[in-house]
Amino acid sequence: MLNINNLHASIDNKEILKGLNLEVKAGEVHAIMGPNGSGKSTLANVLSGRDGYEVTRGEVRYMDKDLLQLAPEERAREGIFLAFQYPVEIPGVNNVYLLKAALNAVRVHRGEPEMDAVDFLKLVRERIKVVNMSEELLNRSVNEGFSGGEKKRNEIFQMTLLEPKLAILDETDSGLDIDALKVVAEGVNRLRDPDRSIIMITHYQRLLDYIKPDHVHVLSRGRIIKSGGPELALELEEKGYDWVNAEADAA
Amino acid sequence: MSDVLSHYLQEHERRYPEGTGDRLGELRQSALQEFRNLGFPTRRQENWKYTDVRKLCKHEFRINDDVVDLPAGRIESLPIARPDCHELVFVNGRYSPAHSRADKLAAGIIVTDLAAALNQQPELVSDHIARYSDTASSGFTALNTAFLQQGSVISLAAGAVLDKPVHLIHINTQQQQPYSGQLRNLILLGDNSEGTVIESYFGLDDAVYFTNSVCEIRLDPGSRLQHYRIQQESSNSFHLGHTTVRLQKDSRYESSVVSLGAELSRTDLNCRLEQSGAVCVLNGLYMVNGQQHTDHHIRVDHTVEATTSTQNYRGILDEQGRAVFNGKVVVHKGADKTDARQSNANLLLSDKAEVDTKPELEIYADDVKCSHGATVGQLDKNMLFYLRSRGIDEHTARSLLTFAFAGEIIRNIHMASIRERLEQLVLGRLPDAETIREFTHE
Ligand SMILES: Nc1ncnc2c1ncn2[C@@H]1O[C@H](COP(=O)(O)OP(=O)(O)OP(=O)(O)O)[C@@H](O)[C@H]1O
Ligand SMILES: [Mg+2]
Repeated sequence: MLNINNLHASIDNKEILKGLNLEVKAGEVHAIMGPNGSGKSTLANVLSGRDGYEVTRGEVRYMDKDLLQLAPEERAREGIFLAFQYPVEIPGVNNVYLLKAALNAVRVHRGEPEMDAVDFLKLVRERIKVVNMSEELLNRSVNEGFSGGEKKRNEIFQMTLLEPKLAILDETDSGLDIDALKVVAEGVNRLRDPDRSIIMITHYQRLLDYIKPDHVHVLSRGRIIKSGGPELALELEEKGYDWVNAEADAA
Repeated sequence: MSDVLSHYLQEHERRYPEGTGDRLGELRQSALQEFRNLGFPTRRQENWKYTDVRKLCKHEFRINDDVVDLPAGRIESLPIARPDCHELVFVNGRYSPAHSRADKLAAGIIVTDLAAALNQQPELVSDHIARYSDTASSGFTALNTAFLQQGSVISLAAGAVLDKPVHLIHINTQQQQPYSGQLRNLILLGDNSEGTVIESYFGLDDAVYFTNSVCEIRLDPGSRLQHYRIQQESSNSFHLGHTTVRLQKDSRYESSVVSLGAELSRTDLNCRLEQSGAVCVLNGLYMVNGQQHTDHHIRVDHTVEATTSTQNYRGILDEQGRAVFNGKVVVHKGADKTDARQSNANLLLSDKAEVDTKPELEIYADDVKCSHGATVGQLDKNMLFYLRSRGIDEHTARSLLTFAFAGEIIRNIHMASIRERLEQLVLGRLPDAETIREFTHE
């Protein structure tokens, strides 16, 4: 599904990713943990094509395509979805119409017919229940005046509707109360499928109680310095990151 | 004297050879003198620092006297919002009875063209005309008064309520010789009366002309006016608009100014809140592209206690478009409990576009609530990326955000038919109009 090989990326000539390797196979769930400022969001942004990052070395293959050659909207249509750490408010752009446009962009790209308003609304009603989000939020402007938790829920709702092939969740669990956390987890678990992959960036092992990852990685100083199974998350929770960094320095 | 000044003096002589006479004749004559002294403004004047009218002075615009009738169905075919209204239609600056229709009006309501009012209600006109607008404020106002003849009078007696809006429709066509419409509107609302007035200015194709319009508004205690001003002049035209509003106790003035057309346009709006409880709400949207230049000057005077004003103007500039915004609020001595808010936001879509924005606050009272802010920026990168990350292509995302920016003003427009027409007009200037239309609806 996704193959990242020796990825170096900088912003304003400052190197943030320094030779990152990661392979995500179809059907897998990967958790990425790591200290603040280590480059986790940078990785998510580079994968989804945000401007301003310069990839100086390495490559990223996504379903046998050179991902870095694609515009952000092309990546989205190819099935990449980023749930933002800080979803932006867009006054004047209607939430539900954005969703419809997003969904139809994917469908048209796949050569499927656009979904009409009736079918679309049916789908929306069904999926909004999954994330337990108020229908009232649908007709507001995108994220405008949403609480922090509502914004995160909206991201998961979009994901549930768009059914991406590769979902990247950047700290979607941060700032959520326990009920919302369960909702997010349910949204993600529903999406689990042999053809789909998920990358979850998180600081908390708690999320992993609800969504069991296949692999856990530590991203520190711009590289994946350690990988393991779910038990690694528990170990990190207990001992912090110093020992992994020390291990990496020694190697 | 410059050629252009003597041109207008000759035009005056041609039309009013007998000189003074009645009070109106005297008024025209003294305004002409004033115009002769003031001339057209130059950039040395603080108020005209960023707007150069020399191009306008190159033309010898003929003051149009001809009645031009348009072919049947022509007006209907134009992209002008036309809600159900009493309509006064002016073609090339002259009243056109054939196209106008003021349906039966309730007692105490006068809606008529100025020339008719000068015949039928001369006192009504001479009691009010040129009393609210300051002829000396600029050469353009003086010029307008010097040629006072065409325009409208709308007068509501105490307690009268207009059954439907009055729409002043100005249509300009191409004529062999460049021409000018000198239009004067007088709007008088008696105690507790209420009404809506729409001014539309529309130019066909590449018509070359100069609209000089002055509007005087007096709102007596408790009256309420909704005023729309929609400018879609032709791309070779010049548009000057000067509105003065005097607000008495507890009266309310709501204005929406939309400026889309003209090669050069300048819109002045002066509100004087003269008695407590008066409120003015001023919204505006301007869009320029190509080589267009638009200038909005607002001045609000809070002269007594407990009055409120808000200004919210937005501009979208593309290509080499230029815009000027100057919003001045003066809180006079003793005008405590004034609440004055002002904001002007500009969106630059091209790096060749330019805007000069200046909010000004002069406060001579202590207990006031005032705020002002001006911004100039490009489309928000984070918003653009968010939309693109959801599969929306870059062009569409840009149009969408641009439209959303304008939407902040458009959505405040009460009249649905005008709001929808404006949405169409704004959309019509953006790429991917069809795609973005639906997802901006709330
Ligand atoms: N636009 C930018 N300009 C300069 N430096 C930046 C920019 N964006 C990110 N950085 C820097 O890149 C580094 C990595 O940031 P990133 O957001 O990827 O960290 P993170 O691992 O997601 O952290 P957190 O856990 O706090 O979310 C940080 O040192 C950050 O300050
Ligand atoms: Mg981050």
